[in-house]
Amino acid sequence: MYDFTYHRPSSLEEAAKLLAGAEDGKILAGGHTLLPTLKQRLAQPSDLIDLSGIKELKGISEAGGAVVVGAMTPHGDVADSSVVKARIPALAHLASDIGDAQVRHRGTIGGSIANADPAADYPAAVVGLGATVKTNKREIAGGDFFKGLFETALDENELVVSVSFPVPEKAGYAKFANPASRYPIVGVMVAKTAGGVRVAVTGAGASAFRWTEAEQALSANWSADAIKNLTHGPDGLNSDIHASAEYRAHLIGVMARRALAAAG
Amino acid sequence: MADSGIGSRTTRREDKRFLTGKGRYTDDINRHGQAYAYFLRAPVAHARVTGIDTSAAETAPGVVAVFTGKDMEADGVGSLPCGWVVTDKHGQPHKAPPHFPLVRDAVRYVGDHVAMVIAESAAEAKDAAELIQVDYEELPAVVDPMQARSSQQIHEAAPENLCYDWELGDKAAADAAFAKAAHVTKLDLINNRLVPNAMEPRAAIGEWDSGTDEYTIYSTSQNPHLLRLILCAFVLGLPESRVRVIAPDVGGGFGSKIFAYAEETACTWASKKIGGRPVKWTAERGEAFLSDCHGRDHVTHCELALDADGRFLGMKVDTTANMGAYLSSFATSVPSYLYATLLAGQYTTPVVYANVKAVFTNTAPVDAYRGAGRPEATYVVERLVEIAARETGRDPAELRRLNFIKPDQFPYQTPVALMYDIGDYEPSLDKALSMIDYKGFGARKAASEARGKLRGIGLSAYIEACGIAPSAVVGSLGAGVGLWESATVRFNATGTVAVMTGAHSHGQGHETTFAQLVSEKLGIPYENVEIVHGDTGRIPMGMGTYGSRSLAVGGSAIVKACDKIIAKGKKIAAHLMEASEGDVEFANGQFTVAGTDKSKAMAEIAFTAYVPHNYPEGVEPGLDETAFYDPLNFTYPSGVHIAEVEIDPDTGITTIADWVAVDDFGNVINPMIVEGQVHGGIAQGVGQALLEHTVYDRDSGQLLTGSYMDYAMPRADNFPTFRVETTTSACTHNPLGVKGCGEAGAIASPAALMNAITDALGVEIDMPATPEKVWRAAQAKLRVAAE
Repeated sequence: MYDFTYHRPSSLEEAAKLLAGAEDGKILAGGHTLLPTLKQRLAQPSDLIDLSGIKELKGISEAGGAVVVGAMTPHGDVADSSVVKARIPALAHLASDIGDAQVRHRGTIGGSIANADPAADYPAAVVGLGATVKTNKREIAGGDFFKGLFETALDENELVVSVSFPVPEKAGYAKFANPASRYPIVGVMVAKTAGGVRVAVTGAGASAFRWTEAEQALSANWSADAIKNLTHGPDGLNSDIHASAEYRAHLIGVMARRALAAAG
Repeated sequence: MADSGIGSRTTRREDKRFLTGKGRYTDDINRHGQAYAYFLRAPVAHARVTGIDTSAAETAPGVVAVFTGKDMEADGVGSLPCGWVVTDKHGQPHKAPPHFPLVRDAVRYVGDHVAMVIAESAAEAKDAAELIQVDYEELPAVVDPMQARSSQQIHEAAPENLCYDWELGDKAAADAAFAKAAHVTKLDLINNRLVPNAMEPRAAIGEWDSGTDEYTIYSTSQNPHLLRLILCAFVLGLPESRVRVIAPDVGGGFGSKIFAYAEETACTWASKKIGGRPVKWTAERGEAFLSDCHGRDHVTHCELALDADGRFLGMKVDTTANMGAYLSSFATSVPSYLYATLLAGQYTTPVVYANVKAVFTNTAPVDAYRGAGRPEATYVVERLVEIAARETGRDPAELRRLNFIKPDQFPYQTPVALMYDIGDYEPSLDKALSMIDYKGFGARKAASEARGKLRGIGLSAYIEACGIAPSAVVGSLGAGVGLWESATVRFNATGTVAVMTGAHSHGQGHETTFAQLVSEKLGIPYENVEIVHGDTGRIPMGMGTYGSRSLAVGGSAIVKACDKIIAKGKKIAAHLMEASEGDVEFANGQFTVAGTDKSKAMAEIAFTAYVPHNYPEGVEPGLDETAFYDPLNFTYPSGVHIAEVEIDPDTGITTIADWVAVDDFGNVINPMIVEGQVHGGIAQGVGQALLEHTVYDRDSGQLLTGSYMDYAMPRADNFPTFRVETTTSACTHNPLGVKGCGEAGAIASPAALMNAITDALGVEIDMPATPEKVWRAAQAKLRVAAE
């Protein structure tokens, strides 16, 4: 990797200031995407601002009918959290199946959603559970957060602070993992929330999206029959050496049905 | 049987250091004053190199030197040779274009070696490499072997990118056999290209001593003497006596570490160029994907002719084999003599004709990878036989049984050059069928179908030729080396023993198996036997480990050396016991005189040999014997694997429901190690059949599966618990009656798994059986069923 200046601020304000002051600063969370990118010399940031020293960014709490996960909380903590397991077991299940044990102990929810990899798991939860992303500047609705391939609604110097997941009535997550990377080729979160039924798909498109036909069908009739014959079209879906758009489209239906079964 | 003698499941003594992080691999070694090498690699698949400007790199921080192919050319550095000359069907040797360690005029695959930067640190070398300006004049690239002959020529010496057009067997006889056939099964197959993925990437340190003019090379080699021979005699022009190659702990090879590569060559040469500082290089994983020799990559059309009773009349095989951009050390032998000679399988097929065209493409070189030609042959034979059974309405197990070579037919001369010394195939088949409850498959299939799943079962009755190899035989077929093995058994005065073997262990557990063997043979404690390998400065000239040869060839050399020890020991014992040498017997570590109670322990004899105060006249002191063993024939392990799969038609995911393997490896020294080898081999074969897929972009020639994000390695959760058993027909021509087990799993398993998957699907698909391919086939089957 190329040389950079390393910072480890102890407060959010300091982090934001460092980021604003850097020529080409990058935020370091768990480092699971950034460090390999640096090692492969595919990025040359002037400064790395490591958020691991900011205590307020880590931790899980329950407040106002929602589970709030700090941006620097690793996946393993979400998977093992008694609060998450009790309130949103689908979220704990999703986190428990990201990568492997080592990844789950380093990778963070903030890093994952800020990076907005089209094949990440968490975007399905952020969109599918109607989460709210709290930043150092504002709150962003989960459905508005992902803007495209590795693109989010975050401004240049904006940092994710936490993600607040309203406790759903029911929710389930199912994924079809890439046999090589085990990232989702298709992951679907199905949830019955206070704001209505939400069906969010990750892995299949440029970023996580909602499958509105399935949401309508399940709103009318929350049962397997409602989406038994429902199919998603292949238009606009990703196509690569692992899966064609047509196959991904098919898997959206299969994973939605499995997620629904898991939701109960 | 002693606790740690032949046949005991002794735990591996080397595992203590491996499992506690105390293994000492090449990258763990740091030499005083060492500098670090980085290789600038071709970013394009095919281009003329019209200029390389290294001036900015030379003055970059920490840079010691920058070298290109021109520097090597000026120094007289030669081409990396291919050590096996295959004579084509017109009597001409294969086309052997030069393969320079650093390119001179063109790059021919992504990852080809353009320049070498040596610096005070690996990072500085890498930084400086970015400052090298290379002018590339891009040329069209070809990656598909079937397109090679009509594509841009890659080497001046190889028109149509053809390396050789070779044949084995009698074509006219095959055509005549097919003319009489009641049924002909035809099949098109792709044997997918694999990246070896040894856990330890390749690494090397080259070190020239200016005081003695001697070289030391630390290398991740499976065969240190062979590497020394190639580097000295063909590439660098050095006397072997001044070069020592040390291959310390090596973390897996699977064939990919047999070969002499550009990197260790360049490090060795460069150390002298920079005045004797050691030059170290360790591959990054990405470099391993790009530049380790790959395996397989065949496209084959094959046909099997059967008579009305189901007896095989003949087989015809037409294969195009991808050699990659250059010929690696033994590349030419893999799709010819290690492939077509195995096409008779376990069967009495009287006529086999094979035509193999080896072609160059703009891809990484292809050479031996676990099984080397034999998995490809088994895949052809066992897929053909399975499909022939389906097409003719016969039980696949019974069709095999009908055509098996019978025990009384051994030694059996096949129509494709090999003479099988021994085998007994039905016991393995029967045991495997019983273990998997073959008769109960129908009920299991019905149960799967009731749950909406597809179920299939598939057999593979493989044979392989290992214990390579009789030197005269391989020499007559074009090999440039002899394939014997050596061993020295050296007693110390206190009765402990050092065994210096030419075989090399890079995961095989030789330190345990060979110690068991020597302990039993000499009747001394297992703990008293130390195995030394992997250092040309400590062991006799040896040929290394590949082709499942270590026990059959290297172990036989150890036995011969032990026999010499015993013979000399008898002379000493006879003197001490005042008996005639002819009356002295040796068993269980004791020399005795028949009909008396006189005895001398092995350790006493060893002590006497080194403290010869009371010693027989005319006998040399010392107890230190070396033996070389050149096998009389190949060995022929065989067996039957049966895979049972369940497929989810909604997703295309294949789950391996059960796997049984019954192998005939001849006699077994350590059953636990043998089972481990079988498990590992099956895992690699399953990887090939289900997951692993090397994809080069057809237009750009870029490697698309260049990391574990895209190249799917098998993991523990891809497998069921393998159920592994053996049968035994002891090899007739080596002193241990052993055959070899290292590659069998990888040879047998792809065909078994693909037979099971295609049985479930009812249509043919090629490896790897990725979920999407399986899903498409399953959907087609369900559509047909619905109509």
